[in-house]
Amino acid sequence: MSTSTGLEQDAVRAEARRGLLIGLPAIATLTVLFAIPLIIVVAYSFGTRTRTGRTDFSTLDLSAYQRLADPLVLEIVSRSLGYALLTTVICLIVGYPFAYHLATRTPRVRAVLLVLVMLPFWSNFLVRTYAWRVLLGSDGPLVRLLGALGIDDVVLLFTPFAIVLGLVYGFLPFMVLPLYAAIERIDHTLIEAARDLHASGWGAFRAVTLPLSRSGVIAGSVLVFIPAFGAYVTPELLGGSRTTMLGSYVVRQFLSARDWPFGSALSVAILAVMLLATTAYFRTGGRSL
Amino acid sequence: MSALGAATARLRRPRPPRTLAPTRAVERLLAGNAWLVFAFLYLPIIALVVLSFNDNRLASVWGGASLRWYRELVSDAAVLSALRNSLIVAVASTVVATALGTAAAIALERFRWRGRRTFDGMLFLPVIIPDVTMAVMMLLFFVQVFRFAGNMLGITGAFGLTTIILSHVAFNISFVAIVVRARLAGMDHVLEEAAADLYASPWQSFRHVTLPLIAPGIAGGALLALTLSLDDVVITSFVAGPGSTTLPVYVFSLVRRGVTPLINAVSVLMLAGSMLLVIVSLSLQGRRTGGERRRDGQRSLPSA
Repeated sequence: MSTSTGLEQDAVRAEARRGLLIGLPAIATLTVLFAIPLIIVVAYSFGTRTRTGRTDFSTLDLSAYQRLADPLVLEIVSRSLGYALLTTVICLIVGYPFAYHLATRTPRVRAVLLVLVMLPFWSNFLVRTYAWRVLLGSDGPLVRLLGALGIDDVVLLFTPFAIVLGLVYGFLPFMVLPLYAAIERIDHTLIEAARDLHASGWGAFRAVTLPLSRSGVIAGSVLVFIPAFGAYVTPELLGGSRTTMLGSYVVRQFLSARDWPFGSALSVAILAVMLLATTAYFRTGGRSL
Repeated sequence: MSALGAATARLRRPRPPRTLAPTRAVERLLAGNAWLVFAFLYLPIIALVVLSFNDNRLASVWGGASLRWYRELVSDAAVLSALRNSLIVAVASTVVATALGTAAAIALERFRWRGRRTFDGMLFLPVIIPDVTMAVMMLLFFVQVFRFAGNMLGITGAFGLTTIILSHVAFNISFVAIVVRARLAGMDHVLEEAAADLYASPWQSFRHVTLPLIAPGIAGGALLALTLSLDDVVITSFVAGPGSTTLPVYVFSLVRRGVTPLINAVSVLMLAGSMLLVIVSLSLQGRRTGGERRRDGQRSLPSA
């Protein structure tokens, strides 16, 4: 008996050793290239900016965090939150019926439509955003179309409208794919049962389909909200000086203002919002994305 | 009494039709919405492709079809050098990230060991972290590494292709690991056990059973890594040095100065490149065992 458990323990230990050994190169790489950089950013956020633009670490300086309460910073943060929330809601309103439609097609049609959703999702993000800059520009097709319809002097580019449009365009597939996966998994006999019990179409949807696709709703919302909140390329290409988002503001601290402690504190704040959103996701019963 | 009567009356009422699909009106609305979404997804891309063949100097005013901008593009030294850098970075970071990510996936999916859960969490972070934060992390990290190397070892480091490649490896390991892991999870354990029963060593069973079966997953992960590397603007622009500009970073700097027909042409070439990668990826995923196809296709979606 004791020899058998001894052998078992040996086997478990051997497995643990082998697992760690196989994972070790990736663990080491991620520790050096991810965990340590993360710690360095936190360290910088407590540093002091010297007059030459360098960072001094001799004292624990909280001033970078105090500056997060500046009216200007709060305005940029609330604007980013607003745009990101609006983007998420629009993606949900447009994406849910779309994913539902996709999930109720025949398998053959479904496969084709899924590829059609994936194709823009895999294509270059910068180029897709740039396309909207061409379309929305003052001499672009949309403005001229509106002009032909008698609506003159419309400014589309460099407005909040353009940014939210660009964000929805960029991140809609992040909403559609988890929603599709969740709706497609639903056992259709449950909906049938609800209808047999005299539920209306809408009633069955509210009582069965919607609760069962909740995981998809939450996963999609988190996957859209996080990149939209930290967006840089979209507001930079489609927005103007009065629509600065947090991502651009952080970049400015590093590339032009050279205020690294403040930029680091802002990055830590973005990280905190991101962790909050993902924790909320896992708390509400979400599984691995 | 009357309540019971109402209940029996309801029971006697004819049952609603046993259809899963919503009513025809709702069905039409859903189909209309789907068409609109597809138009929304594709019209900008189509417009861009059409405008890239535009002869006019003004990027968005039609002046007849021509290949003028494509001709100009192939003789543009800056574009070609940026393209070269992009390809070097993408291939190098993909090779490293695919090897490390695949090993990480196997370690997490096939073995129980201490620290497994912590590692799982750490692997998950680079996927959801916003680009800007990752860019800041990499910039400050390399600045500290260079300072350390300069003070302690007397080596002067500089931003360039190496720092870009390392940064891309940092975010790509996780994506590869997730895709390969999904494939491993969908694979039957019994096959590996059978190989072990037939006296295969762990290495032999990995080499001749596991590896061929997860190969489409590894290829899918590698293609995703390649795509992400070719897509990246923010992280690269933070850790690039003089002369190591990649194509997206170069295009981004051009676009900020304004829209030109030349950018339209470069953009269309970049789009064509990503489409080619998707087609390769899809044809690779088509080559797998029948029963697994459906579930697997589903799994690989949200993780991407």
